[in-house]
Amino acid sequence: MIREPLIFEISEPGKRAYTLPALDVPGPADALAGLPVRAEIPGFPQVSEVEVVRHFTRLSQQNYCVDLGIYPLGSCTMKYNPKINEKVAALLGFAASHPLAPADTVQGDLEVLRLVEDYMCEIAGMDACTLQPAAGAQGELTGMMLIRACLEERGDPRKYVLVPDSAHGTNPSSAHLCGYTVKEIKSNEGGTVDLEDLARQMTDEVAALMVTNPNTLGVFEYDICKIAEIVHAKGGFLYMDGANMNALTGKCRPGDMGVDVLHINLHKTFSTPHGGGGPGAGPVAVKRALEPFLPVPRVAGTSGALILDYVRPKSIGRVKSFYGNFGVILKALAYIWSLGPDGLRETAEIAVLNANYIRRSLDKDYYLKYTTATLHECVFSDKFQKEHGVSNLDIAKRLIDYGVHPPTMSFPLIVHGALMIEPTETESKRDLDQFIEIMITIAREAETDPELLRTAPHATVVRRLDETGAARNPILKWEHRKT
Amino acid sequence: MSYISLGDKDKKEMLERIGASSLEELYGCLPDEVLLKRRLALPEAMPEAELLRRFEDLAARNTYPAHLSFLGAGVYRHFVPAVVDYLSARGEFVTPYTPYQPEISQGTLQIIFEYQTLVCQLTGMDISNASLYDGAMAAAEAVLMASRLNAKPKVLVARSLHPEYKATIRTYIRNLGVRIEEIGFGADGRLDPADLARKIDKDTSAVLVQSPNVFGVVEDLKAVGDLAHGHQALFAVAIAEAASLGLLAAPGVFGADMVFGEGQSFGLAPSFGGPYLGFMACKKEHLRQLPGRIAGQTKDVDGRRGFVLTLSTREQHIRREKATSNICTNQAWCALRATMFLETLGHDGLREMALQNVHKARYAAGVLGRIAGVKRRLSGPVFNEFVLELPKDVAAVNARLKAQGVIGGLELRPFYPELGNSALFCVTEAHTREDIDRLAGLMEEALR
Repeated sequence: MIREPLIFEISEPGKRAYTLPALDVPGPADALAGLPVRAEIPGFPQVSEVEVVRHFTRLSQQNYCVDLGIYPLGSCTMKYNPKINEKVAALLGFAASHPLAPADTVQGDLEVLRLVEDYMCEIAGMDACTLQPAAGAQGELTGMMLIRACLEERGDPRKYVLVPDSAHGTNPSSAHLCGYTVKEIKSNEGGTVDLEDLARQMTDEVAALMVTNPNTLGVFEYDICKIAEIVHAKGGFLYMDGANMNALTGKCRPGDMGVDVLHINLHKTFSTPHGGGGPGAGPVAVKRALEPFLPVPRVAGTSGALILDYVRPKSIGRVKSFYGNFGVILKALAYIWSLGPDGLRETAEIAVLNANYIRRSLDKDYYLKYTTATLHECVFSDKFQKEHGVSNLDIAKRLIDYGVHPPTMSFPLIVHGALMIEPTETESKRDLDQFIEIMITIAREAETDPELLRTAPHATVVRRLDETGAARNPILKWEHRKT
Repeated sequence: MSYISLGDKDKKEMLERIGASSLEELYGCLPDEVLLKRRLALPEAMPEAELLRRFEDLAARNTYPAHLSFLGAGVYRHFVPAVVDYLSARGEFVTPYTPYQPEISQGTLQIIFEYQTLVCQLTGMDISNASLYDGAMAAAEAVLMASRLNAKPKVLVARSLHPEYKATIRTYIRNLGVRIEEIGFGADGRLDPADLARKIDKDTSAVLVQSPNVFGVVEDLKAVGDLAHGHQALFAVAIAEAASLGLLAAPGVFGADMVFGEGQSFGLAPSFGGPYLGFMACKKEHLRQLPGRIAGQTKDVDGRRGFVLTLSTREQHIRREKATSNICTNQAWCALRATMFLETLGHDGLREMALQNVHKARYAAGVLGRIAGVKRRLSGPVFNEFVLELPKDVAAVNARLKAQGVIGGLELRPFYPELGNSALFCVTEAHTREDIDRLAGLMEEALR
């Protein structure tokens, strides 16, 4: 395949891909008086429309994507993104709405926010919800701020937040941004929270435990109700990272397990597309005690006469402008309406079926450090392949040669050389079987021809890239050279 | 509707291989006490046609898009070339994730690299990240970045910074020992240099100013930057109307250490507040404290050019609680649209667009300002927004306009009571002369 040049390298003065209508008001030169006007933007592209279209079409062909095949990134829930959802979000009535428009002219938008808040509460078993956070990490930050604000009101914000060693990196990072010192909780031999370690560390100086359930191994915290008791007994809050809600929708509800606050990733569980790395949306649902502290504004009033309420004296404030990634929220609503209660439950069940099918089909060829039952994902490691000098990275790169996307790598940190596989519910048995067959073939290749894996991928537009060199000697933009 | 691809025979075979008798059995690892014993109370499943009808009904309850509107204040209506909608809808752009595997993500990575280059060209900075959530969150990240760079406790923020950006900063810093103080504005709407000189001291981490500011007024960035640097404070510039960068001098020219803001104007629909695009750029000496993903150029084992995500030792998945930010998923697809928008408009198109904004806003300020009783407030030079003081209550005037299908200027009293009965009007290239004259005619009637 020909490498597509950078747009700047094919730019030529005078070329245009877009023409504006002629100015229909007077345009006197003195209109610019007092403004610091630039003469030009050195290096800024000038190409034709055809060149723009070819540029991006060719670049698109250098991307793997869900529309092309299985994308089993563990903890990312790369499920199929329904096309009707895109059509819905693009309807002019929604897309052209200005966020500062008078409330009576955007009743449809406000109704959407109200509905999705209500549905999130029902699905999660919680009392109130904000849709403002733009992604999971911002949801975590919001959730932890709510906890802190509530504890402050009770007189002491406390010092520590407990996070299991299997947690996603955003958990400790968000807790830190909230002013807390993070303490790690050990996992037991089954891969779940060690209750003794928790009981020891859970003191009245601890604000919260952040738990992911099912956790990053795909294991459900069997003792979740006991965990909640231990945390609550010391006056702390139980935060749940809802990244793995896809295993639970319609089967059980975090609110019923003693969870006080959780965030939900609409771009995971509720099918909104990942867009090459966002936008996402990270609604936060809470129990009643935390409701007064939710970000402003809140949707208030009744259907047909909805308003945005800014008068919320205990609110933590806002975490971004306006009301969240509204276009993403619309797509999640379309998904919920499409599937209904039975469809959402089936989604969880089949996600778990697909993951267990992969786990059972590969457990002889790949090492499973934790043999506890798992739900929507499973975490293998490269232990067997390491004996032949082959790492999880080599396995991942070889998968690319066979035309499938590799699993999440080297995470969670408690499994050395991890390969974390989450197939999601939308894969067909044929695609699952093909993935399994490729994984087994690669396990054999690791034994017979390890060099083939160490030099993979072979069939891509570029081969292994020098990431160390990229960090040591950063080239972060194209440099314009004056001729 | 269902998006499941398994037939009954598939499910049976799969359960057999697993050694389970039913789907329920797979949930045997949950304690019975947590299992939901009822169906979720949600509407029943809807087929596509029914779904579309319900959404069309909801969309029709938004009467706003049928109005002629002069709202701006951080969200702008600009032309979007057809190629942007067409190309950005490709599944290869919509349905991948963060490019963790660079060999099969060169499309996304090269586009981020081009995006970073465009942001640097527009802002006059050395380095750009791959995107943040929006302008407000970028403002908060800029404050945090400044405090990491120099560990000073106070940030001076222009009162004319977008109120939602200020509110977001306040939320982000509430538990971090950083405080903000506001710097007022003068009669021309620009930052009051005397107030800045009074408040800046050795504890000042950064001075943060928006240009064009929330009133549309273009700031004297050189004066502000010199004052900031004179006190060893960082100089951070917010851009809420990114289209202005097509015409106005890059903030980097005036010595900005960080330039950040909102990229919604670059091909993103207003969409009731999101998703938008936070951008952030800085001088290269600040690189290690820049939050968010960054793409870099490198070579593959055969010496071919390629792109990767780089400098990840700043990020949460490596550094956990010591990361520069907790951000993970960002706004990649929005950055992709901005890249398509900018490359399609190109050098001359972007400049022409920005220029038309200035001329149309000037024309509108002229015809509206001639209406009896209407006074122009804040006399400084503007880009595409301006403030008018009305002789009658803004809300009442706006209600009259709305009855005629027009959404007038944004009432400023809730945010800036000191401006009295004033409104902020926005005019872009998407407004015709006829639109502006129509507003003027209706305003005249409403004020009579």
